[in-house]
Amino acid sequence: MATAKHVPPYPTIGGSYLNTPRFYRLQLRRLALYGSVTLFASLVLVAFLMPFAYMLVTSFKDRDQIVASARGPVLPVDPVKYEHAGKLLDVVNVEIDGVTRHLALLTKGRQESVFVDPAAPADEPIVWQGSWRTLKPVYEFAPRTGNFAEAWNGIAFPRLLFNTAFIAFTGMVGTLLSCVAVAYAFARFPLPFKGVLFLILIGTIILPKQVLLVPTYAFFDIIGWTGTWLPLIVPHFFANAFNVFLLRQYFLQLPRELDEAAMIDGAGPLRILTSLIIPQSYPVIIAVALFHIVFAWNDYFEPLLYTLGKPDLQPISVGIQQFNFIYSQQPHLIQATALLGMILPVLLFFFSQRFFMRGVVITGVDK
Amino acid sequence: MSTPSVASRATPSAKAGSAPLLREQKLWGWIFLSPWILGFLAFTILPILASLVFSFTDFQLTEPSEISFVGLDNYAKLFTDPLVKVSLGVTFKFALLSLPLAVGLPVLLAALLNSPFLRGKRLFRTLFYMPYVVPVVSAIFIWQGVLNADSGWLNRLLGLVGVAGPNWLDDTTWIYPALVIIGLWGLGNAYLITLASMQAVPTAYYEAARVDGASGAARFRYITLPMISPVIFYNLVLSIIGLLRYFEIPFILSNGTGRPGDSTMFFNIHFYKTSFVFFDMGYGSALAWLMFVITLVATGILFLTAKYWVYYAGAERG
Repeated sequence: MATAKHVPPYPTIGGSYLNTPRFYRLQLRRLALYGSVTLFASLVLVAFLMPFAYMLVTSFKDRDQIVASARGPVLPVDPVKYEHAGKLLDVVNVEIDGVTRHLALLTKGRQESVFVDPAAPADEPIVWQGSWRTLKPVYEFAPRTGNFAEAWNGIAFPRLLFNTAFIAFTGMVGTLLSCVAVAYAFARFPLPFKGVLFLILIGTIILPKQVLLVPTYAFFDIIGWTGTWLPLIVPHFFANAFNVFLLRQYFLQLPRELDEAAMIDGAGPLRILTSLIIPQSYPVIIAVALFHIVFAWNDYFEPLLYTLGKPDLQPISVGIQQFNFIYSQQPHLIQATALLGMILPVLLFFFSQRFFMRGVVITGVDK
Repeated sequence: MSTPSVASRATPSAKAGSAPLLREQKLWGWIFLSPWILGFLAFTILPILASLVFSFTDFQLTEPSEISFVGLDNYAKLFTDPLVKVSLGVTFKFALLSLPLAVGLPVLLAALLNSPFLRGKRLFRTLFYMPYVVPVVSAIFIWQGVLNADSGWLNRLLGLVGVAGPNWLDDTTWIYPALVIIGLWGLGNAYLITLASMQAVPTAYYEAARVDGASGAARFRYITLPMISPVIFYNLVLSIIGLLRYFEIPFILSNGTGRPGDSTMFFNIHFYKTSFVFFDMGYGSALAWLMFVITLVATGILFLTAKYWVYYAGAERG
């Protein structure tokens, strides 16, 4: 992404102003502006990403903690207990003489309660005036990691992962092969009606897929492909508008002189593609590959359609959806499932965000 | 989209009149183009024609041999099927709420991230984009919890400031804002291309305006907005197309029932159930064509209005 150089927000302060009151006033104003804009953006970001925090803390709770947290603590915590004379006592926050102490509740009373100090159990029990019901329990951080194992087995995660990865990677190979070839044709070859053909290709973007879906489904059903992965993979070997557009834009800006020099040296079009065009275009090729993987990981409608009633074949998106109902009373398992479902695409994005985001910019801005 | 002008500057040797070489070049061109040509015929042209034919029949996938022509019956049914009216109404209601946000919020977010006073731009850009790659099913699982009427964090936050939050997911009115909130995570692409086009505005324009004494708001209104209007237009077109295809979020939330009430019976869900649950593919095709016609009309109107508000620098037009 070309970062435009921005104008300095204020007239540059020349040397003569240095250390004058005016200089400090302007510096202070600049700092305040930087501070407030960055703070505001951070607050918006925190609100925007807050649901991920919900997912994380919920997925580390067990059932009791979920019930307890409906109104109480947000983090996965347990109330602290203290064993005294063979009994488990609740540890609570008690304010005595302006100091909050963590004491174990020995006798509950409305007027006065009696406590043991876990730090000094041999001391005399402490008597405190007031109703024990007003006292807040003491919590300790106690994350549970069992949900991930339970969700992992419950949704048969390894199988879903394999299915998704297989569909995504074979489709990715098809997309790359076909889109690179088609974009090369549009970028470099003298074809009749090329402009019209390209407009038709781009026009397919606004075509609602639903118009094509019924006959396509019927066709795949008749040739026996429904209930297999083929309808989710094979069509990607025939190029698609977004990726062809992206690749063509990139190919067009590569210098032609190299192609021509190679041609004079006797290289054929295929040779020029594989040893000149592709090596120069790796950022955009990586972007197309990433787009396809994220698309395949996300795709829901068609996998739903073509793998209906075949749970063994379902990818993650369809496979975990049913657990929304199976686990509907167990939000901790739902959130653990959500985390399992998103972790790979999100990691992939973080490691490759430069290619990814540059690719988005090319498709969007050039249109 | 820039109109390709490559044909005219074909290889110089071809121009020099080397006919066999030109022919060979064309042949190779067609070979490389063939995946798309074949795919376009097999997966676009043929299905479109078949879908048009199906829409005049009572085709049922369960009994494919008993297909017969029914004339315009399916199209007449569009006017009597109560769910058509309901689902179009739901889609339209949702559009009124979500379209202005889908177009406006990316601009505001891009303006914020383009501010010269923002530190850590790269980090902000990446993190605001990230929810876009979260699979939709995971996102719905998460938001379902956050929007839960009792234990959800949104209502608990509202409770802290003394507001009793609504029952977002089970109320026939509040479900629409809830759907919009869930959809916010999909703004990544829209804001990113808006931001890129803001950064491409020549700084000389801003300098000139500042010399003339234009305020920050005026510079945004009279320079930034017109300069990024092609991207706003592009986002608007994609959002409208997306509305008629809107499916995953309401479908997964309600398990395809349209709950609460019929408030999430979006047009595409009605289409899906007709075609692939009841396998009434003749009528399903008619529904799909209605969707196609509405998309064409809506985008057609948009393209007609474009010349009044979309500014294209230079000669290239999209």
